[in-house]
Amino acid sequence: MNIHEYQAKEILRNYGVVVPNGYVAYTVDEAVEAAKKLDSSVTVVKAQIHAGGRGKAGGVKVAKSIDEVRTYAEEILGKVLVTPQTGPEGREVKRLYIEEGCDIKKEYYVGIVLDRATSRVVLMASEEGGMEIEEVAAETPEKIFKEVIDPVVGLMPYQARRLAFNINIPEESISKAVKFMMGLYNAYVDKDCSIAEINPLVVTGEGDVLALDAKMNFDDNALFRQKDVLELRDLAEEDEKEIEASKYDLSYIALDGNIGCMVNGAGLAMATMDIIKHYGGEPANFLDVGGGATADKVTEAFKIILSDPNVKGIFVNIFGGIMKCDIIAEGVVQATKEVGLEIPLVVRLEGTNVELGKKILNESGLNITSADSMADGAEKIVSMLN
Amino acid sequence: MSVFVNKDSKVIVQGITGSTARFHTKQMLEYGTKIVGGVTPKKGGTEVEGVPVFDTVQEAVEKTGADVSVIYVPAPFAADAIIEAVDAELDLVICITEHIPILDMVKVKRYMEGKKTRLIGPNCPGVISADECKVGIMPGYIHKKGHIGVVSRSGTLTYEAVHQLTQAGYGQTSAVGIGGDPVNGTNFIDVLEAFNNDPETEAVIMIGEIGGTAEEEAARWVKENMTKPVVGFIGGVTAPPGKRMGHAGAIISGGQGTAQEKIRVMNECGITVAETPAVIGETMIKVLKEKGLAEKCKTH
Repeated sequence: MNIHEYQAKEILRNYGVVVPNGYVAYTVDEAVEAAKKLDSSVTVVKAQIHAGGRGKAGGVKVAKSIDEVRTYAEEILGKVLVTPQTGPEGREVKRLYIEEGCDIKKEYYVGIVLDRATSRVVLMASEEGGMEIEEVAAETPEKIFKEVIDPVVGLMPYQARRLAFNINIPEESISKAVKFMMGLYNAYVDKDCSIAEINPLVVTGEGDVLALDAKMNFDDNALFRQKDVLELRDLAEEDEKEIEASKYDLSYIALDGNIGCMVNGAGLAMATMDIIKHYGGEPANFLDVGGGATADKVTEAFKIILSDPNVKGIFVNIFGGIMKCDIIAEGVVQATKEVGLEIPLVVRLEGTNVELGKKILNESGLNITSADSMADGAEKIVSMLN
Repeated sequence: MSVFVNKDSKVIVQGITGSTARFHTKQMLEYGTKIVGGVTPKKGGTEVEGVPVFDTVQEAVEKTGADVSVIYVPAPFAADAIIEAVDAELDLVICITEHIPILDMVKVKRYMEGKKTRLIGPNCPGVISADECKVGIMPGYIHKKGHIGVVSRSGTLTYEAVHQLTQAGYGQTSAVGIGGDPVNGTNFIDVLEAFNNDPETEAVIMIGEIGGTAEEEAARWVKENMTKPVVGFIGGVTAPPGKRMGHAGAIISGGQGTAQEKIRVMNECGITVAETPAVIGETMIKVLKEKGLAEKCKTH
């Protein structure tokens, strides 16, 4: 799960990570009020969307007066920002963050991620603040320093210190940088983050260390124990069908094609997209109904697929293991009875309780094309739409 | 022969009184797996499918002599269940549970360092040694005893590959699901090594997917160490970057973990990669024929 910059900064503030003062604003008037309260010679007006690259897209402006704050707020609120992370359709700005400016002496990068190779959390930092870390990794990997963290003791101060020295934080700011990194790590662990990234971290003219930007992503698997994080979810930033799917614990991702897919298992769901494409079709979605699905859940999954107006045909590809074929069949029959079905439906069933599943479909009287294998099914649905 | 589990494996089921575990306990028993006990706290003294239930793993091990555990415990309690099994010094723990918080698994992995127990999973279908022992959730009937080993990050794609092999008349030694999470107990290399050392296994199918670099590392290991042919498949050629494709570990981030890169490295390391998931079996048979192993591996 993603949250906005201002929300991440609010969390970090509670962990002793220094961030500039600021207020969220939903309207131009609120933005102006916020700027007045900040009473700073320089105020930054920042678009709040769940995507990076806002600055280059015109979503971050530096204002030198209240009038300028008003002008920029009017300009950015409601604007559709297109950044490399939003896709070509862009994202409408509905919230602003009004923040006091600061005297930047130098920018750095600090981030915490999971390192899959070591199964440990890793703190990394670089002197190249403001640049995408992937870019730094590709061009000047020697400028990235890493500290692998042992979960038994957590991030040790010497590690943070070593990192701060390695990225050439000025000596008078080292202690503040250490406190900053320790706070960031504690927030990462306490809140079950999957990414916590400060880009840039800045050292100011007065030697203060603060987070100018903040990105925090959370492990979806841990949200059950992070109720306060869950409250920060902004549904306006997510695809409607994906929101609907998440209510039923379905793993759904909207894509651009016209063949709706319902599959069990993430690997098979991905492979089903691949094989549809191989036969010249385009998948409309990724959908893994999961292992513990009930007939009701399958029905909802089917409705979500059909709610996409681009969908012109459906391919159900099931290899039952923990998921039983009869449950899928019941769900498909129930859904088509509830919402009707006017487009081609190809079903391939194999695995646990396959005979029972096939029987349910045969006796339903629905117009279903059955397939013997996933290749057969993909070929059939693609040819039916051409 | 086979890897990790065999006809002598004595298995306990953690979380046996849950509905999924009950169903699969029955299925495992029907397959012939020696399920010697189950564990659910406060349900000790009861029975599931004729299997005695205990309150703790330690008690179950003491009373039954189990050496393998399979875990169906819900995600919030799964890390605790794994560590309980490790603490009881089982040889092998297979964790089926999905959606375990990643930081829980970071701790579990750290705890397991220096311990004797091997963990397979989490978020995996389990391990089956054909016609001997099934520990997990895979449909038993698609497997036939033979000479091909299968290792995969995806449950359902494992079934797909096994089914294709069986239909074409080529049986398997064992099929091992290592799971779709970014932090798991056993990786591709561990399983490839086991198959390489197993005299019955003649060739191996390795199924990966987008995210991370485990497939690339395994491919390099294969090039250096593997004496048996390996056929591969990678799911997610069409997956968009930045999106988590169901599995917690299946995400292309920062240009890393693409299917294209994995396939490139696998090819470079001498692994024959199947073009679509529908021809994994076919590709294996072609390779077996080239190596003169087809006759030996044809089992039915």
